[in-house]
Amino acid sequence: MGSRASRLLREEEIEEIKKETGFSHSQITRLYSRFTSLDKGENGTLSREDFQRIPELAINPLGDRIINAFFPEGEDQVNFRGFMRTLAHFRPIEDNEKNKNPSATEPLNSRTNKLLFAFRLYDLDRDDKISRDELLQVLRMMVGVNISDEQLGSIADRTIQEADTNGDSCISFNEFIKASFVVNIHICTVVLVLVNI
Amino acid sequence: MDVFWAGALWALKIWLYLIILLIMIPSMFGFSLGISEIYMTILVKTLEWATLNIQKANSDEGTLKPSSSNGLIQRENGSMEKELEELRRSRPKPPVGGDFTLSDCFYFIRQGIESIVDDQVTQRFTSEELVSWNLLTRTNNDFQYISLKLTLVYGLGIIVRYCILAPLRITLTVIGVSWLVIGTSAVGLLPNWRIKFWLSELVHVMCYRICARGLSATIRYHNRENKPKKGGICVANHTSPIDIVILCTDGCYAMVGQVHGGLMGIIQRAMVRSCPHVWFERSEMKDRHLVTKRLKDHVNDKKKLPILIFPEGTCINNTSVMMFKKGSFEIGTTIYPVAIKYDPKFGDAFWNSSKHSMVSYLLRMMTSWALVCNVWYLPAMHQQEGEDAVQFANRVKSAIAHQGGLVDLQWDGGLKRAKVKETFKEQQQKKYSNMVGRLSDS
Repeated sequence: MGSRASRLLREEEIEEIKKETGFSHSQITRLYSRFTSLDKGENGTLSREDFQRIPELAINPLGDRIINAFFPEGEDQVNFRGFMRTLAHFRPIEDNEKNKNPSATEPLNSRTNKLLFAFRLYDLDRDDKISRDELLQVLRMMVGVNISDEQLGSIADRTIQEADTNGDSCISFNEFIKASFVVNIHICTVVLVLVNI
Repeated sequence: MDVFWAGALWALKIWLYLIILLIMIPSMFGFSLGISEIYMTILVKTLEWATLNIQKANSDEGTLKPSSSNGLIQRENGSMEKELEELRRSRPKPPVGGDFTLSDCFYFIRQGIESIVDDQVTQRFTSEELVSWNLLTRTNNDFQYISLKLTLVYGLGIIVRYCILAPLRITLTVIGVSWLVIGTSAVGLLPNWRIKFWLSELVHVMCYRICARGLSATIRYHNRENKPKKGGICVANHTSPIDIVILCTDGCYAMVGQVHGGLMGIIQRAMVRSCPHVWFERSEMKDRHLVTKRLKDHVNDKKKLPILIFPEGTCINNTSVMMFKKGSFEIGTTIYPVAIKYDPKFGDAFWNSSKHSMVSYLLRMMTSWALVCNVWYLPAMHQQEGEDAVQFANRVKSAIAHQGGLVDLQWDGGLKRAKVKETFKEQQQKKYSNMVGRLSDS
């Protein structure tokens, strides 16, 4: 912080992002400051290297997959809209949102979309199923070198066995929802604290 | 035309005499005529008025800002074990073979997203964000026109800072630095009598005092009874090269650093003529044993001045203290910790070396309102039984952070330019593997 934003955010853009993501005006401007401070190249987009520069993210075992989630298929740069769209998944679910117009599209931060984010972390090839290999890859990322291949394999097999209900040896999204036993979805939220100065 | 030049020369002479009489001589001898105090009082009142105006305007509009003390995010701050337990709570009893569940990933996802929104490290390498604007263009992030009065004061501030204060400060600094070079070289010509040491200290302190006036520095020293003594090492948190000026106006230290060329080199060579400093060639700095030996030799000679070292190794933005390199703590002598905290309202003292060169940084300093800081001398510390250098360094770091009101971080300041080591990720993986429950034997 302390550096001039290379391009100020226009009011229309803020309104559009507000509608799409549900963040408030102050939250959007604050996150825009964060976006520009990460954007070392000052070209209005973030690359993977820009994310890797955050030490706490670089040491996160799932860091690379999380970074990947920000980038659309096959692209190397993400702009502010895309950045906000991904972060919107982690906005807390407010009570007054639950009873909104049921025919409107589901908000990005709904419980289902939060779980979908995690599901897509495993499902790298986007075929809507988590295969044994995909599960093993993520397991390996999380445990590093500390568990042998055979033991990891048996953990993967057991997990699929428990979760798989239709017998295709893969985990679909619905099976994933049931198998993750997440009752309190607030685990998947990041709460921004903004106060009136 | 001649009249013009004669007039300009006359004005310049008057200007210089005024400066010397009113500012330089009092500061050299350590007393003050009260001019800067008046300036500071006016300044503080102006900034308070400006803050009130801005706050009123902001609350009318309903703008919100992050409360800078807690950061942007409400964090859970539980350990990995606690949070994973929480995640797994609703699961039926785990089976025999290894404790993994698909929802474990949520912990890492959330940590990752939190660090993308607000992390503890990258923010330390840029200037601190101010709670309220302090009428400087450079700290203006989202300027909205608030009132005519405020804009007028802001404009007046620009004129005062650039046309009156900056030339004054530049003149003082030039005088101070040249006097340092000339004075120390002159003292260096004397033979090694007692009077040489006394004169050398006098010259050093006077020059630094002039330089401090050249930055409009208002420094408050606390606990001066703990001032570093000969034969010890003084360690402090590092924000900018100006830290040296701040500390040296109140005492004499031996500097440690690399030999530079150009103006810095001239100053270094002059200084070392009057009293011993420890300057290293670039190649010598890589050899840790050589560095340690030279420092040890200097410290063991009880006649030499205490060494001044900044163990962070790089400039941090004065909101936190980052990892102290253990080199100075392995020498085995008394450590005198010092905490330095700048008040960001009056000017941003942090040197962001990737954004500004040294010259551009000094010019920014000279066109700020002032430099206000607090210096705390902490009681001396020694390495205790059974404590290794790293633990000792951490203990000193915590003491400094606690006194200065800074955040105590374990992260390495070197992350400013270098990537984080893989070992930290491996630590996380090991921790998680313990929870999964089946460690391999290899």
